[in-house]
Amino acid sequence: MEMHFDQHISRQFNEDLESLKTEMLEMGGLVTRQVADAVEALANADSELAEKVLQVEEEIDRCEMEVDEHATLIIAKRQPAASDLRMVMSVIRIARDLERVGDEASKVAKMAIALTDEGTAPRGYTEIRHIANAVRKMLNDALDAYTRFDVKSAMETLAEDEQVDMDYRSAVREMITYMMEDPRSISRVMNVLWTLRSLERIGDHAKNICEQVVYLVKGADIRHGNEKNMR
Amino acid sequence: MNTMTLNAGEAVPAENKATKLAAEPPSVKNQAVKKPEEIAGTVGSPFCDEAKLRMRNVNVFYGETQAIHDVSLDIGRNQVVAMIGPSGCGKSTFLRCLNRMNDTIEGCRVEGELTLDGEAIYGSKVDVVPLRARVGMVFQKPNPFPKSIYDNVAYGPKIHGIASRRAELDEVVENSLRRAGLWNEVKDRLDKPGTGLSGGQQQRLCIARAIAVNPEVILMDEPCSALDPIATARIEELIDELRENYTIAIVTHSMQQAARVSQRTAYFHLGKLVEVNDTETVFTNPQHELTEAYITGRFG
Repeated sequence: MEMHFDQHISRQFNEDLESLKTEMLEMGGLVTRQVADAVEALANADSELAEKVLQVEEEIDRCEMEVDEHATLIIAKRQPAASDLRMVMSVIRIARDLERVGDEASKVAKMAIALTDEGTAPRGYTEIRHIANAVRKMLNDALDAYTRFDVKSAMETLAEDEQVDMDYRSAVREMITYMMEDPRSISRVMNVLWTLRSLERIGDHAKNICEQVVYLVKGADIRHGNEKNMR
Repeated sequence: MNTMTLNAGEAVPAENKATKLAAEPPSVKNQAVKKPEEIAGTVGSPFCDEAKLRMRNVNVFYGETQAIHDVSLDIGRNQVVAMIGPSGCGKSTFLRCLNRMNDTIEGCRVEGELTLDGEAIYGSKVDVVPLRARVGMVFQKPNPFPKSIYDNVAYGPKIHGIASRRAELDEVVENSLRRAGLWNEVKDRLDKPGTGLSGGQQQRLCIARAIAVNPEVILMDEPCSALDPIATARIEELIDELRENYTIAIVTHSMQQAARVSQRTAYFHLGKLVEVNDTETVFTNPQHELTEAYITGRFG
C-alpha cells in the first residue's frame, strides 16, 4: 500500500503529521552531526570540538521531549489509526533511538577529551575510524530510508549491523592483545574500548530505525529478530 | 565522508503535494473515488468456524437500485462484529436483513443465503415475530414505549409467552434491567414512564427490553450516536458484558467505538463488503486501501 500522509480531509492533520516527521528528521540531522563531530574530535585530538558535542547534547534531549509532546497531542486530538498511527508510533520510537545515539556521541566526545589529555600515541584509532564510518553510513541510510518509505533500502541497511558487530568483536580482541602486551596501556585502551562500544551501539540504534521503516510501511513488527512477521 | 543530506527538500517529498492541496479545493483532489464495479471481492477473513449467522452472496435491492452487492459474511457466536463505512454504504441495510426489518420497506428485495444457526432467515415458513425475538434490535434513537419502565421491559415477555404471572414478570424485569446496568437507577421508580429517563438511560432501557425476550443475537444500529460520552461508555461496557451470552452486530459511525467494542470489523463501501478482519488488524494495518482511507479520514 502506498504511503500518503497529505490526503486527510483535515488539512491541519496533514500538517501536524508532516511537521512531526520533519521535527524527528531534523533531530536525526542534528544527531548525525554529533556522531561525526565526536569521531572527528577523537581523531584530531580536538577537545574544543568535543566540548561542543557535549553542549549540543542538551539540545537533542529537548528535541526528543518536543517530538514526544507533539506525538502525544496528535494521539489525543486525532486518535490516529492505521498508517497514521504507525507513523506516530515510529516517530516516537525513532526519536528515542536518536536520543540514545546522541548519548553515545557524548560518550565518544568524553573519551576524546580523556584521550587527548593523556596525549600518548593513539592505538586502536584505525578500528574506531572503520566502525565509525560504517555506523555513520548506517544512520544516514536508515533516516534516508525513512524519508523515502523505502523498505528495501531499510532491510539492506539493517543487514549491515551484523558486519559492524563482527568488526566490533574483532577490534575488542585486538585491544585485549594490546593490553596483554603492555599493561601500562590498560587505562587508555579501556577508553578506546568504551568508544568502540558506543559506536557499536549506534549501529544497533540505526538498525532499530530501519525496523521502524518496515513497521511504518508494512505494519510488521520485525524487532528482536522477528523478520518472519514481514508479509 | 557522508554528509547529512536530510535537508527539507529531500526529507519531505510530500510537502509539495501538501502545498498544492492547499491551493486546490479538496474536490479536485478527490479523483480516487471508486465505482462499485471497481471493488473486487472482500479482503481479509469474512468467514469463521463457529458462525451464529451465516450470510452468502447477499444482494439487496430497493426497487431498481441495488443497495448491497454480493456480500458474504459470518458472525461468530458470542462475538461482536462492528460494521463501519460512510453514510449510504449499506451497513444498516445489511444489518436490517439479519432480522428481516427490511420486510417493512416497500420494494425492498433480499437475495442470497442468510441463516441463523443453519436455519434460513428468509425461509417461506419463517414467522418474523419469533425471529425478531431471537434477533433483537436496538436503534439509533432510544425509543421506549410510552409506558412505565416496568411495562417497557415486561411487554415482550408477555406477548411472547415467556412469562405471564406477576412473580415471573418481576423476575424477568429485574434480571433484564440488571443486565442492562439500569436496575439500581430505576428500581424505585419502575412505575414511572420510560420516556422520563435520560437519553442514556432510555437506551439502556431499550437494551433491557431487547434482552427481556431472551434473544440470541442483538443488532445495534448506531446505539450511541444520540448519547453523551459517559452514557456511551456505559453502553460500550454493557456490550462487552452482553457478549458472554449474546452474539452482537453493531453499526457505528464512531471508529473508536468499533475499535473498542468489537472483535471483528467489517468495512462497507458503496454496498460492497470491502474488508473484514480482526479489529486489531483493521485499525493498525488494514489490508485494503479504501479501509485505510476511511479509518484515517482521507479522501478515498
